[in-house]
Amino acid sequence: MNDDPTGARDWSSHPPLIAPDYKSTRLRGPTQPPVARAPTVGERTGPVLIRDLVDPTQADLTRNGARNGEPLGERIIVTGRVLDENDRPVPHTLVEIWQANAAGRYVHKVDRHDAPLDPNFVGAGHTLTDADGRYTFRTIKPGAYPWGNHHNAWRPNHIHFSVFGPGLAQRLVTQMYFPGDPLLEYDPIFRATPEHARPRLVSGFSLDVTQPAFALGYVFDIVLRGSRATPWEH
Amino acid sequence: MARGQTPSQTVGPFFAYGLVPAQYGYPLPPVFGHVLCDERTPGEHIRFEGRVLDGEDQPIDDALIELWQADAGGRFRHPDDRADSDDGFIGFGRCGTGTDPQARFRFRTVKPAALSGEAAPHLVLVVFMRGLLVHLYTRVYFDDETEANARDVVLASVPAGRRPTLVARRRETPDGTVYHLDIHMQGPHETVFFDV
Repeated sequence: MNDDPTGARDWSSHPPLIAPDYKSTRLRGPTQPPVARAPTVGERTGPVLIRDLVDPTQADLTRNGARNGEPLGERIIVTGRVLDENDRPVPHTLVEIWQANAAGRYVHKVDRHDAPLDPNFVGAGHTLTDADGRYTFRTIKPGAYPWGNHHNAWRPNHIHFSVFGPGLAQRLVTQMYFPGDPLLEYDPIFRATPEHARPRLVSGFSLDVTQPAFALGYVFDIVLRGSRATPWEH
Repeated sequence: MARGQTPSQTVGPFFAYGLVPAQYGYPLPPVFGHVLCDERTPGEHIRFEGRVLDGEDQPIDDALIELWQADAGGRFRHPDDRADSDDGFIGFGRCGTGTDPQARFRFRTVKPAALSGEAAPHLVLVVFMRGLLVHLYTRVYFDDETEANARDVVLASVPAGRRPTLVARRRETPDGTVYHLDIHMQGPHETVFFDV
């Protein structure tokens, strides 16, 4: 738990900038600590005037890439609320996701994993949260994916999430994992997160969200930093 | 009741079709792109570009840069700051470093004005990449704003020897004015990042 819900980034909840078991961090994570200062107007504001840019058809990943049929794999519903640390909903904020297909293959051109592409699945979408901070996507359960970090390295099933919040300081990019995945304990990206905070990255299965004879339901709530109550300045 | 923050995770290598599909040629509608204005937007039209370099000075071709800035009147496109006028100014953009042969990010925008006497004109950048588990914030100032930069309280809070890592260089090209700044993740020129 964060004892100081005033809006600062709680570094005890986040992974470090250099996590040697995740090899790519070694040359990419800064070696000097970020310079701490209060957010100014440029970080307290952000792109919130975006309703015209959002396409409501993009919340259904089982359809937004379809060409001549339905994507293969296990249909799932992923829903949850975007909240701040004080349990207040973050309404009308942009949530974007991207993921591998059911075979563990990304559409991305540099993905060379020898698994099939799905002609009816791209694997990315976006939506806005509603007035209660809730979002819902319909998609396909992503497959596990091999990567070159170490011998026999496999990423657990995961969906990438990008969330904005009321200001740029609340920005968050994260990954949602699935409950009971045996790969989690071997994944240096998941394990770079402090142990007490790792459960926050794992979605929960929900029979209430599951739709009979159609799709399994998973719930993933996302908690952003609070907004610091700093007076507007110019 | 207080809830713990959801931990950050890396954007990974395959963000392009999710976050910048049009730039990379994927068939999904983009929310944001690398152009922050159009021909109606008042102010000096510029390009802002640079590379992201790793600890061995190699350009990184799977980074994503987000850019947020005030307009030429010093106002952010936000309900608390600026009426949503119809001048084509978006104020926010994104660019990946994977489509340019030199692994540059390249934005088209207008040069922002100063927000106040204590803040020089600047861009706010958010930096993501494979191998970065937590996104980083930095700022970009302009090298032809010497007087304003000298009065800027944030720039003054940075050790003098590291301030040049935040100042873009202006040059004129046949294609217009370009400001260039490389982002160094490590090394003697490591960019100043802010914990805001």
